[in-house]
Amino acid sequence: MPVLEVKNIRKHFGGKTPVLQGVDFSLDRGETVAIIGSSGSGKTTLLRCLNFLTTPDAGQISVNGETLFDAAAPDTQREREIRKKRLHFGLVFQNFNLFPQYTALQNVMLASELLAKERPDYRQNKKQILAGLRTHAETLLQQVGLGEKMELYPHQLSGGQQQRVAIARALALSPDILCFDEPTSALDPELTGEVLRVIRGLREQRMTMIVVTHEMAFARDVADRVIFMDGGVIVEQGPARQVIERPQCERTRQFLSSYTSI
Amino acid sequence: MAQWLLEMRDEFIKCFITKDRWKYIVGGLGNTLKIALVAVLMGIVIGSVVAVIRATHDKTIERMRPGVGKVLLQIGDFICRVYLTVIRGTPVMIQIMIMFFVIFSNARDGVPVAMLTFGINSGAYVAEIIRGGIMSVDPGQTEAGRSLGFGYVATMFYIVIPQALKSVLPALANEFIVLIKETAVACYVAVNDLTKGGEIIRSQTYSQAMPLFIVAAIYLLLVVFFSWLVGKLERRLRSSDH
Repeated sequence: MPVLEVKNIRKHFGGKTPVLQGVDFSLDRGETVAIIGSSGSGKTTLLRCLNFLTTPDAGQISVNGETLFDAAAPDTQREREIRKKRLHFGLVFQNFNLFPQYTALQNVMLASELLAKERPDYRQNKKQILAGLRTHAETLLQQVGLGEKMELYPHQLSGGQQQRVAIARALALSPDILCFDEPTSALDPELTGEVLRVIRGLREQRMTMIVVTHEMAFARDVADRVIFMDGGVIVEQGPARQVIERPQCERTRQFLSSYTSI
Repeated sequence: MAQWLLEMRDEFIKCFITKDRWKYIVGGLGNTLKIALVAVLMGIVIGSVVAVIRATHDKTIERMRPGVGKVLLQIGDFICRVYLTVIRGTPVMIQIMIMFFVIFSNARDGVPVAMLTFGINSGAYVAEIIRGGIMSVDPGQTEAGRSLGFGYVATMFYIVIPQALKSVLPALANEFIVLIKETAVACYVAVNDLTKGGEIIRSQTYSQAMPLFIVAAIYLLLVVFFSWLVGKLERRLRSSDH
């Protein structure tokens, strides 16, 4: 059974042309999918729909067989429930969006701390719970190679380090699916490597991931499957190597040739 | 010239040394600072609440689905707008007289009434300052919070408001400075503030110039001192920017 199933997602903003015109795809556990496509093709909007930052006009989203969102059923759209449903997904943003007033460690811990406060036994076992969360956060930061920088604030870190903290933060609540929205687009070329290495490491641990990216070589080498989007629909999808090296559709070929011709 | 200086000295002694009259000034100064400080803190609390309601309304009302939440938010926003209009549209002098002679006409001590009045008054100005701060926080911060499963209130409380406060801190400090001067009207409702201290001395000694100028000088010193502090604070904040 697929972890994630997306059916017929549609979205348009205002009266303008639709951004998503019926997107269907599914994702198996442990699979890494790269979504490629030119700007405005709807990749980011699709990720935002999955994370409930944007409400689709139509379609269904289900995780582990449970319908999280159905545009036709308003009771799946209550704010209180959406909060819980978001926890199935982790999101890493293009411009990191770390909280500047907290240290790297606090950034990673904050969400689980707030969640722990809702537990009935929080008051009694406060110390143990917090110590547990702290250890977990420290492990995550070590995993992304920032064990030494835990007490630093975001403005004291480089872009690549900030993005790695953001990845640790997204992992803190153990999401089923981790989404990356152009995770290296705001970085100097020198710094993209360290972020991509972390994503590669996660893939080796069989994390289920969706990566929106402009790094074609990375998509080819790391993703199991590549989805090419254009004009709000999926034009082509298939095994990573096949889509990137031997694209079947004319539009895909056109898009990819703009990369190789530089 | 020497004659004038001697006169000044005698005048000073009469106004401030004889019968320990300086105590009126010091006591009044204490009250003025207390009123301004409590009022600005109260103003920040009231202002934050009003600002959050107003900013939430302006940012999300169009995207909200009809329901109880939407109606409550619209009512809240309406109340806040009435509050802002009334408080900013009437003189603080009238507000304090209404508070002291109508609402709290049984109050023995004017200081708490003055704190409350200036707190409510300042809240209206602080609200608009903080609302500007909230609107200026990168929407990505809210999205990051929400993607981590924070509710709206938690996102505001842990993420947006601290950042908004940081960016409006100098403006809030200026509000405190303005309040120090504004609290002078409290002397009209028999609050023993700095201005009232000077007035008591004037009525006892029949000297006008000396107490008035000294009181003015103390206000001026306070304002200059706090403005200098705000300047330092602003530089600190700028250097810790990311």
